[in-house]
Amino acid sequence: MSETKKTNIILFSGDYDKAMAAYIIANGAAAYDHEVTIFHTFWGLNALRKDGKVEAQKGFLEKMFGKMMPRGADKMGLSKMNMAGMGPKMIKKVMKKHNTSSVPDLIEMAQMQGINLVACQMTMDLLGFQRAELLDDITYAGVAAYLADAENGNVNLFI
Amino acid sequence: MNIDKTLDVKGLACPMPLVQTKKAIGELEANQVLEVVTTDAGAKADLAAWSKSSGHELLDQKEDDGVFTFYIQKG
Repeated sequence: MSETKKTNIILFSGDYDKAMAAYIIANGAAAYDHEVTIFHTFWGLNALRKDGKVEAQKGFLEKMFGKMMPRGADKMGLSKMNMAGMGPKMIKKVMKKHNTSSVPDLIEMAQMQGINLVACQMTMDLLGFQRAELLDDITYAGVAAYLADAENGNVNLFI
Repeated sequence: MNIDKTLDVKGLACPMPLVQTKKAIGELEANQVLEVVTTDAGAKADLAAWSKSSGHELLDQKEDDGVFTFYIQKG
């Protein structure tokens, strides 16, 4: 086998279906022995949120942002057919029937496979997220760290 | 054919068959043979591509009533 290949995914979207696609590709790439990084920015940061409420000192706007956005992958909406929350309920039912892994399960599997989960520090600040609100064992970085991975990347995706 | 290990991933959907196959083959020695049993119709293309790219050899495969069986020799 040749040297280790790299897969880099930017998860910009906070939609359940798009996060699912990103995490399926990431887990597949890890099975291909790629070094995999998922760089979460803007709405994609919601996938990394802990599902419970986390006490944090915040200003009014940051608190509002925190309330309006989904706490964790399981609470995210669909990019199509969301129907005020009916869509996610329906798709999760179908997923169960087809034995498809849920996004929280895929995230857990990603961590087990040693996939590098990165949160973009700049957008965390914009949206008012503090590190305690996000999953443990993730790293924090900016555009330079992403580019350092991406310039040697074999698969680069923006989702 | 001498089968060293069998992986039953029937009922599981993409990407689980691939992830489990990769894990199972990691536990084998070179030249040992892994049997993978799956109901995922996508696995046919998936496991063939993965074996090729990862340096393993897909020795044989068969399909019987929606159940796919693959024999992969570790490279």
